[in-house]
Amino acid sequence: MSIWVGKKTRLLVQGLTGREGTFHALACREYGTQVVAGVTPGKGGTKHEGIPVFDTVAQAVKETGADASMIFVPPPFAADAVVEAADAGVGIIACITEGIPTNDMIRAKAFLAEKNAGGAAVRLIGPNCPGIITPGECKIGIMPGRIHRPGTVGVISRSGTLTYEAVDQLTHLGLGQSTVIGIGGDPVNGTSFIDCLRAFGDDAGTEAVILIGEIGGMAEEEAACFVAGHFRKPVVAFIAGQTAPPGRRMGHAGAIIAGGRGTAADKMKALEAAGIAVVKSPADLGVRMKQALGR
Amino acid sequence: MKVHEYQAKSILARYGVAVPRGEVTDSPADAREIAKGLGGRAVVKAQIHAGGRGKGGGVKLAKDPEEAFALAKAILGMTLVTPQTGPAGRVVQKILVEEALDIDRELYLGVTLDRGRGLPSVMASRSGGMEIEEVAAKDPNAIVREAVDPALGLFPFQARKLAFALGLSGDAFRKALPFLQALFRAYVDTDASLAEINPLLVTKSGDVLALDAKMTFDDNALFRHPDIKEMRDLAEEDPLEVEASKYGLNYIKLDGNVGCMVNGAGLAMATMDLVKLAGGEPANFLDVGGGANEEQVKNAFRIILSDKNVRAVLINIFGGIMRCDIIAKGVVGAVREMGLSIPVVVRLEGTNVDLGKQLLRESGLKITPADGLSDAARKVVESVR
Repeated sequence: MSIWVGKKTRLLVQGLTGREGTFHALACREYGTQVVAGVTPGKGGTKHEGIPVFDTVAQAVKETGADASMIFVPPPFAADAVVEAADAGVGIIACITEGIPTNDMIRAKAFLAEKNAGGAAVRLIGPNCPGIITPGECKIGIMPGRIHRPGTVGVISRSGTLTYEAVDQLTHLGLGQSTVIGIGGDPVNGTSFIDCLRAFGDDAGTEAVILIGEIGGMAEEEAACFVAGHFRKPVVAFIAGQTAPPGRRMGHAGAIIAGGRGTAADKMKALEAAGIAVVKSPADLGVRMKQALGR
Repeated sequence: MKVHEYQAKSILARYGVAVPRGEVTDSPADAREIAKGLGGRAVVKAQIHAGGRGKGGGVKLAKDPEEAFALAKAILGMTLVTPQTGPAGRVVQKILVEEALDIDRELYLGVTLDRGRGLPSVMASRSGGMEIEEVAAKDPNAIVREAVDPALGLFPFQARKLAFALGLSGDAFRKALPFLQALFRAYVDTDASLAEINPLLVTKSGDVLALDAKMTFDDNALFRHPDIKEMRDLAEEDPLEVEASKYGLNYIKLDGNVGCMVNGAGLAMATMDLVKLAGGEPANFLDVGGGANEEQVKNAFRIILSDKNVRAVLINIFGGIMRCDIIAKGVVGAVREMGLSIPVVVRLEGTNVDLGKQLLRESGLKITPADGLSDAARKVVESVR
């Protein structure tokens, strides 16, 4: 079992014909994902690596029944790509692109909210994220597929490589993953920790969750609140940036301690108060999860 | 990206935000002339990116043009130390000479992103001149916040709400409304991440002006604001960070002695945490990114080594897209060029890990391999003891 993506997911790739788009679309297909279409305006009607290419997302959806999208469009045009996918009713939109202007994302999110208020069910994952994977079934994103294995631990993270680190530890300890989601390192993103926790809570195939946060914003504190009130499965968490200086953006646009808020210490305290097992070292994530599951 | 006060004011003025009359210069003689043009009395303000300039002696009132000349001479070239510059301080290269105004009240206005709501939010407080963080810590109710949809703009009723919260009335109230709307438009149009007026000045005659102004811009949106991008002042940034940005590397200099080279921002932060947990102090944050080539890795390693405090280097790579052999080639290339006199601990995992390890082994360089995160941190910290 898993959340949001699986064997039946039909993926289209926006920006398929670019270097990154091609490389990762092929890696996803090799992993077993059904890559059914590509979208590159102006290249409609052609085929790229055997994948039919369309001018618009709407055409691609109509012709191939695609219900998920992976976006590799350059930053100035990426938010527009998100909106186009949402307008075509694509259910899961994973935006990998890093460096999208915040104002563009605010507008794109407003469009998605309106769409969903009108009865659509559109979910944006990211941007600036590795994507989403249900091991053994469907990989949408840039994560290395081979480190994953099917299982019952859900993973949610604001960071890419740190997610791989956690997944690798789990796999080496014999603990597989139900679904692994990178929600991205930007200050304005589509899917929150809480969205993921709610879905994992309802998923019979998920026994426990690893949550990897970082400095900046209040998302981890909000997640802690949600866990305390609504979540009944074990959670193990790590917060990156315990030694980060205030006022500096640590790589991710969203990773900044501003106005004394968003420190790792505050987040760890909030998570612990919610009964979450917080590890100080990312090297302990796997082992701590094993303990939490009593194995 | 940050800009100077005089630059922020020039941008805001374009949108109709009222600012005091004044001019920027790097010459005391000019300062005298500017003061003359302003009627004699003038304020001389050091232009550096850090706040708290007044406390450090970087803002002074001149009674007449001659005093403006003398103050400009004293402030230009001085090393200004404020709570935000750190003990090293910053050398003042430019000053802003502005008209001196009769202060009735000093208030606070700011626009920044409310991440929880995913919308810009205008903040207003009657405690002008204080850091907004201090106000928030002391009395959160003293700050009024109004979230605004950038597509719709700041509605007049929202501007009124904020102006009432500031306790304004009469002329000042009427003048504050267009001021607020102009400020918000400037924030959205320029893709700012912060537009702060602190203090917002109310004069005895009921005028409302930005006595100080601070703007920070979304780096990701600078491509559509070439005029703002031009305002970047490299003298205000750490030279190594400037160097790193040339190669598309994300590097932030810190105070410790363990250099860190990592792929991915989250893992880079976590690696700093690991070094600290093992009893060491990280010398930097460095994310070589997911798609770095050999040349970038080489430059990254060179930049880490050019920090004189660095006594050992920890290379921590979890190769997803990043291939371990590229990292190895870059490191070997950098060491061949510049030599290596300090210990290097390498932890490689992921794509092409065996090839990467083999390249390092065959290079004959003195490199300590590590297994896993904790082992790597422990080994590098031991090596600096």
